[in-house]
Amino acid sequence: MSTNHAVLAHHFENLEQQRETETFGMWLFLATEVLIFGAVFTCYAVYRLRYPHDFEAASARLNILIGSINTIVLLSSSLTMALSVHAARVGRQQMLLTCLLLTIFLGGTFLGFKALEYYEDYREKLVPVLSFDPGEWTKVEGAEGPVNPQRVQLMLVFYYVMTGLHAVHMIVGMGLLVWLVAEARRGRLTPVRYMPVDIVGLYWHFVDIVWIFLLPLLYLTGTHHTSDLHF
Amino acid sequence: MTSAITTGFIPQAKARPPRIPGENYLNVAFGVKSWLFTTDHKRIAILYLVTVTILFFLGGAAATVIRLNLMTPYGELVPADTYNKLFTAHGIIMVWFFLVPVVPTVLGNFLVPMMIGARDLAFPRINLLSWYVFTTGAVITLWALLAGGVDTGWTFYTPFSSKYARTNVLPTMIGIFISGFSSIMTGLNFIATMHTMRAPGMTWRRMPLFMWAHYAASVILVLATPVLAMALILVGVERAWGIGIFDPELGGDPVLFQHLFWFYSHPVVYIMLLPAMGIVSEIVTCFARKHIFGYVFILWSSIGIAVLGFLVWAHHMFVAGQSVYSAMIFSALSYMVAVPSAIKVFNWTATLYKGSIAFDTPMLFALGFIALFTMGGLTGLFLAALGVDMHVHDTYFIIAHFHFIMVGGAVMGYMAGLHFWWPKMTGRMYSEFLRKLAALIIFIGFILTFLPQFVLGYLGMPRRYHVYPPEFQVLNVMSSAGASILAVGYVLPLFYLFWSLYGGKPSGPNPWGATGLEWQTPSPPPTHNFDETPLVISGPYEYSTEEGALVH
Repeated sequence: MSTNHAVLAHHFENLEQQRETETFGMWLFLATEVLIFGAVFTCYAVYRLRYPHDFEAASARLNILIGSINTIVLLSSSLTMALSVHAARVGRQQMLLTCLLLTIFLGGTFLGFKALEYYEDYREKLVPVLSFDPGEWTKVEGAEGPVNPQRVQLMLVFYYVMTGLHAVHMIVGMGLLVWLVAEARRGRLTPVRYMPVDIVGLYWHFVDIVWIFLLPLLYLTGTHHTSDLHF
Repeated sequence: MTSAITTGFIPQAKARPPRIPGENYLNVAFGVKSWLFTTDHKRIAILYLVTVTILFFLGGAAATVIRLNLMTPYGELVPADTYNKLFTAHGIIMVWFFLVPVVPTVLGNFLVPMMIGARDLAFPRINLLSWYVFTTGAVITLWALLAGGVDTGWTFYTPFSSKYARTNVLPTMIGIFISGFSSIMTGLNFIATMHTMRAPGMTWRRMPLFMWAHYAASVILVLATPVLAMALILVGVERAWGIGIFDPELGGDPVLFQHLFWFYSHPVVYIMLLPAMGIVSEIVTCFARKHIFGYVFILWSSIGIAVLGFLVWAHHMFVAGQSVYSAMIFSALSYMVAVPSAIKVFNWTATLYKGSIAFDTPMLFALGFIALFTMGGLTGLFLAALGVDMHVHDTYFIIAHFHFIMVGGAVMGYMAGLHFWWPKMTGRMYSEFLRKLAALIIFIGFILTFLPQFVLGYLGMPRRYHVYPPEFQVLNVMSSAGASILAVGYVLPLFYLFWSLYGGKPSGPNPWGATGLEWQTPSPPPTHNFDETPLVISGPYEYSTEEGALVH
């Protein structure tokens, strides 16, 4: 009873109401997230439809191998996150800690690969402003004649804005996971107070789902050959 | 107002002189810290009240210089550059830092938990955080506006904002971007609170219409604000790194930016307006001593405005080069949004019919709202018509139209609500004479300021110019004279409301004989709002005659 008292905030009647409110709040927050990503997806779609061949040519140069590995890494992190939520609900402390740490590890792996990929892009002269080389693109043939370097750059801008925004969300999620680990180590995540894990879990899965959309939109629109697979 | 009126809930104790309750949310703790670290929704409402009031007068100061400059046709007061910065500052401050937050964060924050019988909002700490985020955004934007200024207009149209403007565009956008998160937090908090924190017996159909208005406005806050955030990010990226996301020279499309911008900025009008409509619904029924006419219709019209409000944004772009077919569809949809707005006006009028109307200050403001909003709404229909819009686009007709909606509507509604709930917030009543005088001055000043602008716009005076042909001077002088009267009307409440804190008579828990749950607590309320969780057994507007019979 005393633990219940410490967990229940002063303005709620009971724990059930508190949990319902917290979950509901997180879903509402995710609705705003859908709209913020939705806006940039819409802009991307507009230009993708307007300049299909330039976008495909740019997409073909993206690093599909790292993109694919990262997809697997991120989906695995969703599994460990789901297991963390389960462990917290049933009160298996060791499993909770292990799964949270695994999620952090996988999230870190994703970000590490992403950083490597950005660096490779830089060396491949794919980063607008920093290393983009328009001259290189004037010789590239699209499906209907040579591509327009400025439109290629437009695609690449969207690539960085979208994956960058996603990476920012990943970093926030990592911070939340570190906080959860600290809470778990202090034994403060119990079957009475498992909501923090639940809510961070919702957020983490959402960030994953965004990536599920990013992968085909950005990486898979171009035609890829095995020769494109490289680190 | 006598105390002989019984309410639909618990009859008030009679013949006891009102006094300030011993312990309430205002005197439970003192000192700066007790305010800056509070999570009490009522105290946060006061923090917001102070902040947005300062911002209102800053935005008003910019408007004052604009109107002074337009007294003469040749713009002798300020140079053209300064004039551009002034109207930009006026628009940015008034839209993002006053009109959008004002009713939800001040009156909504204070009343949402009280009206549904909760002890606080669902997320009290997020509520406090929202104030800090808002203030941070406001400070950054104000700094950018004062240290150099911005000349793009509040709309940040590309490619001017991204490529050509040599003013503080980026810092201003960063401030607006940050303050957007406070909007999201507030909206999210309200929706979650209304879903999960209602007192026993407070069913959806027993929620006051002020709550429904806030529900609808919060949905817009939560769903539209992120789109503005993304639009600002993209313009920021384009401006900072010179990449052509919206620049036609580099393959971008400036009209796409306008779509994103208005997808937020048209619904935002309803964020301003819906809560003000909620206030009017509360006040009209209270001061007509009648059950609101058409509760269900007003409720659904709020939701209808929120939904339709998302589908009309492109009517801002009739001359921006979009296809004529999409313009026709957006024109038709814009007509449709007038229907729920008209439903509200008809229902308020029907509520007044055969009511025992008391013309106290909140009611004067509410009636002012109905009159001015109706004019603003009807001229909006002119603008929804494709042909007329071609003629008056970017003229003072537009200025007059949206000031009727925003000042005559939203600000008037806010003034009504502030006067209505001021005794609840502070426990004290303000000057009897001055409050009615202020209502009258604001109404007269408003009409004199903005009615001539309809004529100016129709005759062809374009907006945003700091000079104009001499034949327009008479109407412009009328408008400027009205603005100075309006300014007096807005400064007056500042004085008598502030004075009431010290010299005002204690108002008692329910000075207007209103029926909402918030009036069942002492004024000012205790920190936890209700000593015990209230049990709601009837709808929100069970007004009765003095004889005690319920009136529907």
